[in-house]
Amino acid sequence: MGAHTHDDVRKHLKLYIGVFLALLVGTAITVYAWTWHFESVAITITVALFIACIKAFLVAGYFMHLMSERKTIYAILLTTVFFFAGLMYLTVWSREEMPRGTTYSVGPNPSLPQLGTH
Amino acid sequence: MEASTHAAHLHDVHEAHHEHELSFWQKYIFSTDHKVIGIQYGITALLFLLFGFSLMMMMRWQLAYPGHAIPVVGGLLQKALGTEMMTDQILENGVKVPGVMTADLYNAFGAMHGTIMVFLAIVPLAFAAFGNLVVPLQIGAVDMAFPRVNMVSYQSYFIGGTIMLASFFIPGGAAKSGWTSYSPLATVADLGHTFNGQTFWIIGMVFLITSSLLGAVNFIATIIQLRAPGMTWMRLPFFVWAQFVTAFLLLLAFPPLEAAAVMQLMDNLAGTSFFLPSGLIVSGAPANISGGGSPLLWQHLFWFLGHPEVYVLILPGMGMVAEIIANNTRKPIWGYKSLVYSVLAIGFLSFIVWAHHMYLTGMGTKISTFFQTTTMIISIPSVIILTCLFISLWGGSIRFNTPMLFSLAFLPMFGIGGLTGLPLGFNFSDLHLHDTYYVIAHFHYVVAPGTIFALFAGIYYWYPKITGRFMSEYWGKVHFWLSLLFMNLVFQPMFAQGMAGLNRRMADGGATYAGSDTVVGIDPSILHTNVHISWAAWLLGISQIPFILNFFISMAKGRKIPSDNPWGATTLEWQTPTPPPHGNFTKPIEVHRGPYEYSVPGHAADFTPQNEPERLKHA
Amino acid sequence: MEIPYTVQPRADTGLFNAKVGIWLFLASEVMLFGALFSSYILLRVGASSWPHGLLNVPIGTFNTAVLITSSITMVLAWANMKMGNPPLSRIFLGITVLCGFAFLGVKTKEYYDKFVHYEVRLVDGTVADGHIKKSPDFSVRGFKPEKGSIVLEPANVLHANPGESMADAMARLPAKERYAHHHGEEMHLEASQIRWISNYTPKHSTYFAIYFTLTGLHALHVFGGMIVLSYLFFQNRAAFARTQTERYTNRLEVGGLFWHFVDLVWIFLFPVLYLL
Repeated sequence: MGAHTHDDVRKHLKLYIGVFLALLVGTAITVYAWTWHFESVAITITVALFIACIKAFLVAGYFMHLMSERKTIYAILLTTVFFFAGLMYLTVWSREEMPRGTTYSVGPNPSLPQLGTH
Repeated sequence: MEASTHAAHLHDVHEAHHEHELSFWQKYIFSTDHKVIGIQYGITALLFLLFGFSLMMMMRWQLAYPGHAIPVVGGLLQKALGTEMMTDQILENGVKVPGVMTADLYNAFGAMHGTIMVFLAIVPLAFAAFGNLVVPLQIGAVDMAFPRVNMVSYQSYFIGGTIMLASFFIPGGAAKSGWTSYSPLATVADLGHTFNGQTFWIIGMVFLITSSLLGAVNFIATIIQLRAPGMTWMRLPFFVWAQFVTAFLLLLAFPPLEAAAVMQLMDNLAGTSFFLPSGLIVSGAPANISGGGSPLLWQHLFWFLGHPEVYVLILPGMGMVAEIIANNTRKPIWGYKSLVYSVLAIGFLSFIVWAHHMYLTGMGTKISTFFQTTTMIISIPSVIILTCLFISLWGGSIRFNTPMLFSLAFLPMFGIGGLTGLPLGFNFSDLHLHDTYYVIAHFHYVVAPGTIFALFAGIYYWYPKITGRFMSEYWGKVHFWLSLLFMNLVFQPMFAQGMAGLNRRMADGGATYAGSDTVVGIDPSILHTNVHISWAAWLLGISQIPFILNFFISMAKGRKIPSDNPWGATTLEWQTPTPPPHGNFTKPIEVHRGPYEYSVPGHAADFTPQNEPERLKHA
Repeated sequence: MEIPYTVQPRADTGLFNAKVGIWLFLASEVMLFGALFSSYILLRVGASSWPHGLLNVPIGTFNTAVLITSSITMVLAWANMKMGNPPLSRIFLGITVLCGFAFLGVKTKEYYDKFVHYEVRLVDGTVADGHIKKSPDFSVRGFKPEKGSIVLEPANVLHANPGESMADAMARLPAKERYAHHHGEEMHLEASQIRWISNYTPKHSTYFAIYFTLTGLHALHVFGGMIVLSYLFFQNRAAFARTQTERYTNRLEVGGLFWHFVDLVWIFLFPVLYLL
């Protein structure tokens, strides 16, 4: 195994524990922020996903050794992330792009306030 | 050796220091050797190819002679499939002749023809069979990186295929909502039976997707890790590059379809409404569902796979054709670097063009334009590849053997297929052509005289390496000329049919929409073409008989090859004994040169294999 | 016939085969869960309203902590093997598997809770949800009751327009009130009073459909991971781990990578499903 020798691992132990604690703290912060119950959907999503991304970065970077991994893995992952983003963004964009009045997303009662104004 | 130790040794291939005599089951059925697995894939896929073709031949009967009983097999089919799927034809004299296809059966055959050809025949043959047989050899490896995963991959394919076949015989018959399985039809088509053909289709697809994913992981890891010393990326035969990109397409594009398949299965069995919209009315009554789902979601997820899938269908074929052209022109492929960058570009771009299958779903102009643009851009690397292959012929010393004939025909046939894709890629013209026979003609040109010709070329080309004998050149040429003629007779008229407005997936071949002096409709001559096309299809079927016979008879009676490298090829798979033993190479392989050193100026030899050391260059 | 680079890494990539393989597999898993997340977004954007407060946040937080713990114990299992301490490695591996059990146990309880929780929409527009204490003679056809009556112990009762769902009614409340409970008296309801009734199963709404699918698929991956890690747990004591230590350690690393990925998915699942 190229990147990890006995000594490397021993040195990293403190780092791993640190990441563990950071993850727990991150979870606590996320839940605490949730209790504020923002009115704005956008802010709720941003806060939740921002913290989630940091936690994900910690798990991927340190637990999964990505920080010390080689180009090959990065290349595979970057490609994947790009296509994942494309799938997400383009499908949602296609819905946003439907001309007004052509999407049917209403329940039985049309007097409801609608999320997503189509 | 005891039977019990056989199993122990098999489980630890890496531990084996010398060959053990394996039992029949371990050698041929549960083998982890990539060559055996490749042959397993090949035989199974060819059987499915024949089966899928037979389905279509029966459908063509219905299109040419609607309401007439299918000759020869009609009675048998009615007995096997039941009177729900087939009915009697009542002649003028009152006699009942069994064997008329119902519209439901036509739809089932149509859906299964597509599914079987794409997922059970072409992909396993082009990617898995040829890939397994050739790629490890061409990169100088002893086997695939994960031999046991390889075996499981084949078994998963086999199970998926069995489930698909079994679906014909369950109550309600096979899936009949198109190979694209669009919701809500896929969920409501057969509400009378819970475990219906659609459910079998979905479960079968899950096994097939698993098989492809495992295979893709194996191929990519093998190509990255197991290239022989000296085999740098830019010394790889183009076939390996093609398989590498194909594997990435399968790896990243299949999972969304797997997710969608699970969701559609839940719609069918668990009453969910992932793809079922609010207000859905089925058979006159509101459906008992929560609603809130989106039929378009299915389409997005399906085509996210569906488009890369068609590049999976064509790229291995392009790779094979490149190998055969280089070998039979006795000169290097023109533009190796362009080919490599183009195939990488195609792979990348293929993920962001999918909604050109959805132009008629009501998307706005901005996003339609986005997909139209990416679709136009992706045609560029495709043209580059075709151009490089064409230019490769210039100045070549061409040997017109059977593999070369099929490879040469591939070029213009794929050209026609590709060019006819352009009107479909532009959304304004697709408005007129979507879901017509024009589309059928377009994609069949690419896959049938395109990919399948490339696969035939590959079979004729690599057959000697596996069996030690040539297939008959004479019958090969008969097979070629007849297939070329009839392929074109089948699909060329369909362009006209499509432009005249003949829609696809109509069990009566469009008779309901026939025009006449008083009624506006499809020109009767266009409809009559159905008969010509059907006859061409049946003759195409008969033309495959020489191939099938040639394939089997040559194993025993074919002309023996004079050396391990009968075609005089440079790539590594020809530098092995015939057939290659377990472990492939008899001595360690080191690569010293590129893949196409044919007729190199200054070299004494006509060709130099890749593993030939430097010092023999000036012999 | 020895396949190279099964243990020793290849020089130019710096990787051994199984590591390349598992990362490729994880890439495909990213696309799998990615497709489900895309579906979630599309379904939510297309919905007239989306429920809130139906999932238990403290329990979800606990499960998150359990998985995070299992991740660190997984790293420590691998690290201790690398540092030449197999017994300690085995202990950490065992804890990891136990965490997996805990996670699945909690999830099972969560699922069960949903299956016995009902949403009732009355003919007059009132919406309520809660447990059914008694249901003499009660039968349902699809979502509409046919006959009988129920005694509902409501966790929430809201007034709404006829035809609306609980989610529709909640959508009108300010954000802070959506997560509070709006208790009500025990309700005795005849079949004729009920427009629509369903327990919280996938068929209830796209919300629960995607919730069960996402968490169900995730749970299957947790289960699969546990099987692999259990196998490695037992293999720790076997001759293989002693004689082929480096290969065994690599297996721990590869299994660990899968396990961390499962944790990663949950890191996104938890806020998206429980908190948004």
